Amino acid sequence: MNALTATGEALVLIGTFFYFLSALGLIRMPDVYNRMQTSTKSATLGSLGVMLGVGIWALGTDFGNVAWLTKTITIAIFLLLTNPISAHTLIRAAYKSGIPLWEGSVVDRYREHLESRKAEVEEAEKTPEEGGEE
Amino acid sequence: MGEASKISRYLYTVIVLFLIWLFLTASLDPQELEVGLLLALIVGAFTYEIFTTSGLANLHPRRVVYAIAYVPYFLWAMIMANLDVAYRVLHPKRPINPGIVECKTVLKSDVGKLALANSITLTPGTITLDVDDDRYFIHWINVTDDSVEGASMNITAPFEKFLKVIFG
Repeated sequence: MNALTATGEALVLIGTFFYFLSALGLIRMPDVYNRMQTSTKSATLGSLGVMLGVGIWALGTDFGNVAWLTKTITIAIFLLLTNPISAHTLIRAAYKSGIPLWEGSVVDRYREHLESRKAEVEEAEKTPEEGGEE
Repeated sequence: MGEASKISRYLYTVIVLFLIWLFLTASLDPQELEVGLLLALIVGAFTYEIFTTSGLANLHPRRVVYAIAYVPYFLWAMIMANLDVAYRVLHPKRPINPGIVECKTVLKSDVGKLALANSITLTPGTITLDVDDDRYFIHWINVTDDSVEGASMNITAPFEKFLKVIFG
C-alpha cells in the first residue's frame, strides 16, 4: 500500500459515490429536464474519478506502467467532451417532442422565443404568396 | 476570424492526431512512432477540412496558456456542480426552482460556442437546451434571476473570459 495506490482507491470510491448520486437523482427529480441535470453532471464526474483513479492505482502496483494512465486520460477527455453534447441532444429532443416542464417551473423563455420565431416565419411566408397570386 | 491556409490546417490536424496516438499507445518505440505518424498524415489528409478553421493559430502561446489555466478552473467548477447536485438530491425537501432562461454570449467562433455550451452543461445547475446564434437557452435548476443580463452574468460570464482568448 503506497501513496499512489491509496490515491487511486480514494478516487474510485469518490467516483462510485457520484454514480450513486446520479442514480438517486433519476429517482428523486420530478421531470425529465431535472433528471437530465443530475444524471449528466454526476455521471460525468463519477466516470472521471473512476477512470483517473484506475490509472493512478495501476501506477502504484507492480505490474503497472504509465500506459494505463495515458489511456484512461484519453478516454476521460473523450467522455468529458461528448457527454454534455449527448445530454444537450436528449434534452432538446425532449423539448421538441412536447414533454412539459415540471409545474413548479418559474419561467420558460424558450417557448416565447419559439413563438416569436414562428410568427416571423408566418409573416415572411404570407407576403411572397400574396405577391405570386396577383 | 478568417480561415487559415490549407497547409496550416493540415499540420494542426496531424499534430492533434499524433498526440492522441501517443497517448493511446503510451510507447516511444521508433517503429510505433513511424506508423503513428504515417496514420496521422493519412487521416489528417481526409479530415482536416472539417476539423479546424484556424489551423496552427490555435497553438499561439497565449491561447495554450489560457487553455491550461482553464482546466483546473473548469474542474473546480465541475466539482462544485456535483456538490450542488448532491445537496439537492439528498436534501429531504428537494430544493429546486427550475426554469428556462435566456443568455447572451460575446463569443464569435463556432468552436468557442460549443465549448461554452459544454462548460455550461457541466457546471452548477445549468444545462444548455438550445443555441441560436448568440442566444443560449438554458435550463436552470434554481432560477434566481430570469432577466437576460442577470442570467448571463451568473452563467456565461465566468467562462467567457477564458474562452474568448482560447477560441476567439
